[in-house]
Amino acid sequence: MSTRDNSYAAVMARKNEIMKMSVGLDYASYAHSPIAFDYECMMDDTGYTIEDILRIQHETKVGNTPLFELRNLTNAVRKISEPGKGARILLKDEAANASGSFKARRAAVSVFEAATKGYNGVIAATSGNYGAAVASQAVQRGLKCIVIQEVYDSRGIGQPEIVEKGRKCEAYGAEVIKLTVGPELFYIHLLTLEETGFFNSSLYTPFAVKGVESLGWEIGNEVKDRYGKTPEAVIITHAGGGNLTGTARGLLAAGCEDTRVVACSVDLSGLHMASDHDFNRKSFTTGHTGFGIPFATWPDRADVPRNAARSLRYMDEYHLVTQGEVFYITELLTKLEGIERGPAGNTSLTAAVALARQMDEDEIIVVQETEYTGAGKHHNSQLSFARENGIEVRRGDPKDNIPGKTIVIPEQLDQVWGKVQDIEQLRKSYLKNAARQHPLSDWDEGDVGFLAEDLKTDMSWVRQQMQEINGE
Amino acid sequence: MASIPAGSWVEIEKVVLNPEERAPTVPDDTKLTPYKMWVSGFLAEDGQTGEEVRIQTIIGRELSGKLVRVNPSYSHSFGKVVPELLKIGTRWEQ
Repeated sequence: MSTRDNSYAAVMARKNEIMKMSVGLDYASYAHSPIAFDYECMMDDTGYTIEDILRIQHETKVGNTPLFELRNLTNAVRKISEPGKGARILLKDEAANASGSFKARRAAVSVFEAATKGYNGVIAATSGNYGAAVASQAVQRGLKCIVIQEVYDSRGIGQPEIVEKGRKCEAYGAEVIKLTVGPELFYIHLLTLEETGFFNSSLYTPFAVKGVESLGWEIGNEVKDRYGKTPEAVIITHAGGGNLTGTARGLLAAGCEDTRVVACSVDLSGLHMASDHDFNRKSFTTGHTGFGIPFATWPDRADVPRNAARSLRYMDEYHLVTQGEVFYITELLTKLEGIERGPAGNTSLTAAVALARQMDEDEIIVVQETEYTGAGKHHNSQLSFARENGIEVRRGDPKDNIPGKTIVIPEQLDQVWGKVQDIEQLRKSYLKNAARQHPLSDWDEGDVGFLAEDLKTDMSWVRQQMQEINGE
Repeated sequence: MASIPAGSWVEIEKVVLNPEERAPTVPDDTKLTPYKMWVSGFLAEDGQTGEEVRIQTIIGRELSGKLVRVNPSYSHSFGKVVPELLKIGTRWEQ
C-alpha cells in the first residue's frame, strides 16, 4: 500500500527525486552554481553522435524529409520586392515524418533512450504535436505511452486543434489524460511518473534536443549539395526552444557557421497562458510568444532541472508574426504551391516571406518545418472556432490584429511584414531572471562565462549589464 | 435505467484539485474553477452514468472516476466556411 502524500505541495516537493528516477540523468553533476552548468558536457554525455541519431530515426520512419523549393511563392515575393531582392524560399517538409511533424525527431531519440534503459513506458506532458510523436515512436519500440494534455476550458470546450492532437495520440494507442487549463499539469505529470515508473519523455532533455540536430544537419548538407553553398538564413518556429537549439546545432555540425539562425513566433502578447478565459481566445496553441519569450529569457522553467533547449545560445534574430498573417500564408501555400499543411507549422514560412523581400535574389532562406493538417488542425477550423468564440475575423491590415479580440487577414502579400523582436531586450531579461535565481553579487567567473555563452555574447557585455542591474 | 455493461468504452471525469487547492500562481479567473481531468478506458464492472466507476485504460492502467460518457467520440471538423479565405491566391485577387 502506498502511504505517500499526494497533495499538490507534497508532490511538488518530491520534484527532483521524481525527475532523477524518470530521466535517468543526474543533473546535479553538471551544475556549477544555481544558474551555470556544463551544457556541452551534458549534451555529449548522451553518447549519441549525428550518425547514431540518423540511424535511430531511420528505423522509426523519421527524417530524410523532402526539401522543396517554393517557386511560385518565391516569384510572388519577387513581384512585390525591390529589383534584385527576393531570396529563394526552401521548405523542409517535416509533415512527412511518422506522426506528421518535426517533433518525431525529438521523440525518436527520447523513446529510443527509454527503451535502451529498460523503462516499460514513456510519458509526455504536452498539448502539441509532440504527444502524437511520442505515441508513434513508443508503439514502434514496443513501449506503453501516456500523454498528458491541457485540452479544455472550465466550460469543457477545447480548441479544435488540441482536440485533434488528442485524437491522434489515442490513434497510436496512447492513454491520454485530458485536463482543464492550468500549470498544475506539471503536478499530474509528476504524480503519473511516480505511479508508473515510466520514462519522462520531456521535450527538454538532451536526448530530445539532440534528436532535432538531424534536421539542421539534413538542411545544411542538402542545400550545399544542391546549390553549392550554405543557406544564408534558416527560419525556425520558436516556442520552448528545442526546435531552434537542435536545428542550429545540426547546422553547425554541417559546417553552416555563417547561416543566420532566425526565430519566429506568433505574437500573442496580452493573453495570459494560464487564464481560463483567454485559453480559447487564441488560435495558436504553440509556436507563440506565450512560450517563446518566457523560455528564451529563462529556459530552466522547463519540466527538467536543466533545459537542453537554450534558444538565445544560438539565436541571431527573432521575428514576430500575427495570427492573421499565418492564416493568410497557409491559404496562399495551398493555392500557389499545391500543398496543404497545418497553420502552426507555417509560422516560420510567414516570417520567411517578410525576410526574403529584404534579401538578395541569389540568397537562400530555408523554412525548416511543416506539420500535417486535417480536421481541427486547419486554418478554416481555427478561424471558424475563433468566430464562434467572439473573435472578430476580417480582411485588412495585419497591424490591426489584437490577440484575443481581432484576427485581421492581410488583403495582399505586401502587407505580410510581422515585426522584429529586440533580442538584446531578451538577453537583459534573461540576466534579470538569472539574478533572481542566484544573487548577482555571488556570480563568479564561471557564471559570467556561462551567461555569455548562453546569450551568444561576450563576458564584457555581461559585466556591463551587471553594473546596470546593480544601478537599478 | 439499464446499466452500462462491463467492457464498454467509456470516459471518466475526476476533480484533481478543488478551487481552494489550486497552485498559487494560477490567475484569478482560473482559480475560481476546479482542476479536472478526463480519461477513456474499458469499464471494469457494470455501472451507470454519473456513478463512481473503475476503468482499464488502453495501456492497461486502472483508474477510477465518475462515468460521464459512453463511447466517447470526436466530432471536430473543418468548421463553417470562412468567406475571408476564399479568394486568397485565386484569380479574384490577382
